[in-house]
Amino acid sequence: MLSAQPTGVRSGAAVQFNGGDMKKIPSSEITPESVYLSRRRFIGTAGVLAGSAFLPSGLWAADSYEELRKELTPLKAIMNYNNFYEFSTKKEDVAPLSQGFRTSPWSVKVGGHVGKPGTFDIDDIRKRFPQEERVYRLRCVESWSMVIPWMGFPLAALLKAVEPTPKAKYLRFETLQDSKQMPGQKSSWYSWPYVEGLRLDEAMNDLAILATGLYGNPLPPQNGAPIRLVVPWKYGFKSIKSIVKIDLVGSKPNSLWMQAAPNEYGFYANVNPAVDHPRWSQASERRIGEFFRRKTLPFNGYAEQVAQLYAGMDLRRDF
Amino acid sequence: MAWLKRRWLPILTHIGALLPLARLIWNFFHDQLTANPIQYITFQTGKSALVLLVLALACTPLNTIFELKRVVGLRKTLGLYAFLYATLHFLTFVGLDYQFDPELLKEAIFKKRYALVGFAAFLTLLPLAITSTKGWMRRLGKNWKRLHRLIYLAALLVIIHFVWLVKSDIREPLAYGAVVLLLLALRLKTIRRALVTLRERLATRRRNYNRVTFREDLP
Repeated sequence: MLSAQPTGVRSGAAVQFNGGDMKKIPSSEITPESVYLSRRRFIGTAGVLAGSAFLPSGLWAADSYEELRKELTPLKAIMNYNNFYEFSTKKEDVAPLSQGFRTSPWSVKVGGHVGKPGTFDIDDIRKRFPQEERVYRLRCVESWSMVIPWMGFPLAALLKAVEPTPKAKYLRFETLQDSKQMPGQKSSWYSWPYVEGLRLDEAMNDLAILATGLYGNPLPPQNGAPIRLVVPWKYGFKSIKSIVKIDLVGSKPNSLWMQAAPNEYGFYANVNPAVDHPRWSQASERRIGEFFRRKTLPFNGYAEQVAQLYAGMDLRRDF
Repeated sequence: MAWLKRRWLPILTHIGALLPLARLIWNFFHDQLTANPIQYITFQTGKSALVLLVLALACTPLNTIFELKRVVGLRKTLGLYAFLYATLHFLTFVGLDYQFDPELLKEAIFKKRYALVGFAAFLTLLPLAITSTKGWMRRLGKNWKRLHRLIYLAALLVIIHFVWLVKSDIREPLAYGAVVLLLLALRLKTIRRALVTLRERLATRRRNYNRVTFREDLP
């Protein structure tokens, strides 16, 4: 669906792209990758004013953000190399198997220790929370990485809306369970549904977003449509996809991967080159599309923004 | 034609054994090595080596059970192709994936138990490949057979390598493990003898049956 021809969409016009209402855009107007990229160049030359609407506020020096933008992983790789075990354990099979996935109607139920629990319709979410672009590195625990231009909004904005009570210490996220649509869930090897968790202060960090799009378009099913978590300083499996439920809870949730292999996957799962994994090198990684390995950075390069969350903790033990 | 009749099995073996390599090359030129080509090549060459190793191990038991003498002649071919893919697998890991970087490799091979047993399996196969020629067979005499029993060790190491490298679902490596254990068990003296006795008894019965039917056909 994202392979539409770039006819009729000029980079200049595309600046008016409305991220808050992506769902309503007919497929003929969906931005192809080439146009998306040229639009970015256009913004770069058109000046700071036009570009600033797409930049997250005050997190990065514009320089480093634009630097990262130059390293964007091609859309084709992002859409065809997916770890999404609900569809298949083979990364190349996820895209074809997920094409008929129904993402509308869709709602996210937010409850637990909150003052204002509620069920949020995905269209309402897009309207209520202004969508912004975030270009993030994604580091998979399997030692590969990408750079992805997400569209989304800070998770903190949703949390503020539901008003967590003092009892709320953690978040527990749940993916849709529907083995008719997600054939991988027929395998009883894993304890479906997929569950992930964050500590409340991690979730409130401005880097943590709920993403609804990438490359300027709504999320493709294989990337976790219609709404997913993105926590760029943690290994990719923490960024749970196709979320239907978020609960604020008092104790640390037990994630699917913690249950499957507790010695390999911890609750925090912060990207950490110093904590070894029995299989994959965590000291280095292969950026998809590159030949040489890169050194993996602590917190995936976001130490400045998140390291203070773990002050005083032994991250070798709490991996 | 007579030549083809005699040689079709080894020819088929060569073709079959080269297919995975041909597929890799084809995929390379058609940009179909996935988004992570080096990992894809590593997986494909590793899997091919394993399958060929299992097939090489299957030759002797097949002959024991079904008296397929021709299959025994394929053992060496299959074993050498298994070594070819193991070599490609090893070189991909060391050369393409880690670019011979000693520091990264030290971590990758010696700190990862799956890589360590994989490396050990490769080192076990190496002398077997070198001594696979007729000259070495003659030179080593009785010891050649002893040396080549290392293939059993290599197969077990490869299975452990596979079990340790999968993410969580170990059913596939265990299935390969079960096949390898079965093929090794069929080599145990008692089991082998029982199978040979059974085969001969069945053959005698068939012969007797044929004789009886033949007699009844007489006027």
